[in-house]
Amino acid sequence: MNSTWIILGATSAMARAFARAVSAEGAGVLLAGRDDEDLAALAGDCALRGARFAETAQFDARKPEGFAALLERLEAEEGEINAAVFVGSMPEQAAIDADPALIDGVVTDSHTGPARFLQMLAPVMEARGGGTVVGVASVAGDRGRIGNYVYGSAKAGFATYLSGLRNRLTRAGGHVVTVKPGFVDTAMTWGLPGMFLVATPEAVAGDILKAVKKRRNTIYTPFFWRYIMLIIRHIPEPIFKKMKI
Amino acid sequence: MLWKKTDYTGWGRALTATGEIARPERRRALEAILTDGLVPAIGMRRSYGDACLNDGGRAIDMTRLDRMLSFDPKSGILDVEAGARVGEIAAAFAPKGWLPAVMPGTGFATVGGCIGQDVHGKNHHHAGSFCEHVVSLTLRNANGVVEVSPEKTPDLFRATAGGLGQTGVIVSARLKLLACKGDVMVVTERRIADWDEFLARLDTSEATYTVGWIDATATGAALGRGILEEGETGSGLIPKRVKYRKVPFDAPKFALSGPVVRMFNNAYYRRVPDTGRTVVKPISDFFFPLDKIHDWNRLYGKRGFHQFQCVVPLASAPALRDMLDLIAGSGLASPLAVLKRMGSGRAGYMSFPMEGYTLAVDFPNRAAARELIRRLEAKAADAGGRIYFAKDGLATGSEIVSMYPEIADWQREVAKADPDGTLATDLVRRLSLRSAS
Repeated sequence: MNSTWIILGATSAMARAFARAVSAEGAGVLLAGRDDEDLAALAGDCALRGARFAETAQFDARKPEGFAALLERLEAEEGEINAAVFVGSMPEQAAIDADPALIDGVVTDSHTGPARFLQMLAPVMEARGGGTVVGVASVAGDRGRIGNYVYGSAKAGFATYLSGLRNRLTRAGGHVVTVKPGFVDTAMTWGLPGMFLVATPEAVAGDILKAVKKRRNTIYTPFFWRYIMLIIRHIPEPIFKKMKI
Repeated sequence: MLWKKTDYTGWGRALTATGEIARPERRRALEAILTDGLVPAIGMRRSYGDACLNDGGRAIDMTRLDRMLSFDPKSGILDVEAGARVGEIAAAFAPKGWLPAVMPGTGFATVGGCIGQDVHGKNHHHAGSFCEHVVSLTLRNANGVVEVSPEKTPDLFRATAGGLGQTGVIVSARLKLLACKGDVMVVTERRIADWDEFLARLDTSEATYTVGWIDATATGAALGRGILEEGETGSGLIPKRVKYRKVPFDAPKFALSGPVVRMFNNAYYRRVPDTGRTVVKPISDFFFPLDKIHDWNRLYGKRGFHQFQCVVPLASAPALRDMLDLIAGSGLASPLAVLKRMGSGRAGYMSFPMEGYTLAVDFPNRAAARELIRRLEAKAADAGGRIYFAKDGLATGSEIVSMYPEIADWQREVAKADPDGTLATDLVRRLSLRSAS
């Protein structure tokens, strides 16, 4: 199949595992991010694992002026165009408390930056009559908590955006998968206290690929986070507001 | 967080270390860590003993720097990061007609680990050791980033091959892959009645890949009985799919007690018809038979286990038979016991291989087994043989110097590469490798 994936934030551990998984199936991959050296290493790896082609591209959620060139490169590929969004940033809440201006960056990285790119991509996907968008949101977006509510609110906004985009692309034969990972074994969680049931990036990537094939709408990965979050969402607010979880 | 404080072990789980581990996901992160001083690198921790431990100190987990960077089909040279696993390389390249030239018994071993132990495989008698197929490698040590190759920096290369990571952090390597027919193995299995037949078969085997499973519980006339497996790569055949399983918890003590092992070994021996058979297997199944049972080391319970592996010169075969006799008589062995003939190929000062026979046997971690292993190690030394650092967790320094006659050359290069000695690991300290004379 002549499919192409653009992967935004391709140097993250989850994105790397996903890029490898679609490469092994023969898709072309356009690996977009900021660290050129690391992207080049990943491109070599994807090509050797079977990608139809593997190229790198610059993507910085805070520099939308670069989006048009990226889109143009993508349009040059024939066949189905897919996008997977792994970008986001999570400074410690204490750092944000000290400097509230950091909120703008978090919201741009985790929500408005990628949303703006997807908004530009949507007409192309509609014109081609297919393709899938994978958007990585977070369980942190399901309810605002004291520890990371700025990050959580950005991811919640992104999840709502994805839901609307799904509503739109479905009409043109396209699809959107919203992914809500729990704890994943990445550089972000390495050595953090209180981690439990940590999933490997490979397992998460496998879940995402399965969800793409089955055209699932929203997945939690690993699956049991659906039930954990179901409980957390249903704790009455008068109680929840006093909890620290 | 950059550093995670944790308890960790080698594959045998008998020895434990506590310390801080960083796991960089990109080269830049690795470089940032090393600007504060050298830290020993570890991989998948498939060494059984303490080669991959640094108790009370720090270590860098290299497993996320695991990318295959480029491949030249004309020369067959693959550029790969040190954290890549041999099994992943095999899986990606076998369908294209290439394999790592040397593969150890587990596909989970990293390229960096294979270099640090100069590992051997089932084709050692033809292909030599892992590092004989390393064209060049990138090392980060006290002198910065250094390109190392057998031609341009022969001394440093020989100190790095099998050098237990003491010459620097191995960042990436250029491996010369071996052309193969395809991604399946055609394997001939036959029963071997006793020790003498085993050696005779190993001596005359013409197969590319050869390995012998030995029943280390059989005594008397059956001493040394086992199964010889001879394999060639093939293509166009469809083997049965491999099912992966996991050992979900630490097994109780009786799981590998004497009677259970004897029963298992007997059944395992009789599994192959006495006329022999030829079967088709996926390559991973032949090269990495135990990898399909994840965490199989838990079968030994929470006390863990030790593996004894030595090699003795061809002429010392009778001494090896005596050692097997001692093992069989002790009733302590587990089902996992392997006999192979080795060629002379080795790439480093501290490489394990020598022309001769190598025997590897697992033992549950008990006082009697530790005592037995110490006796076996002394016997290996007397026989002019060697023990393997990838497996050892019990030897003492005085035995090692006679086994590794080039140790002074290695120490000289190591002192240049890591003058402060910060790369030392538990194994290096236990055996005083950097100072022994």
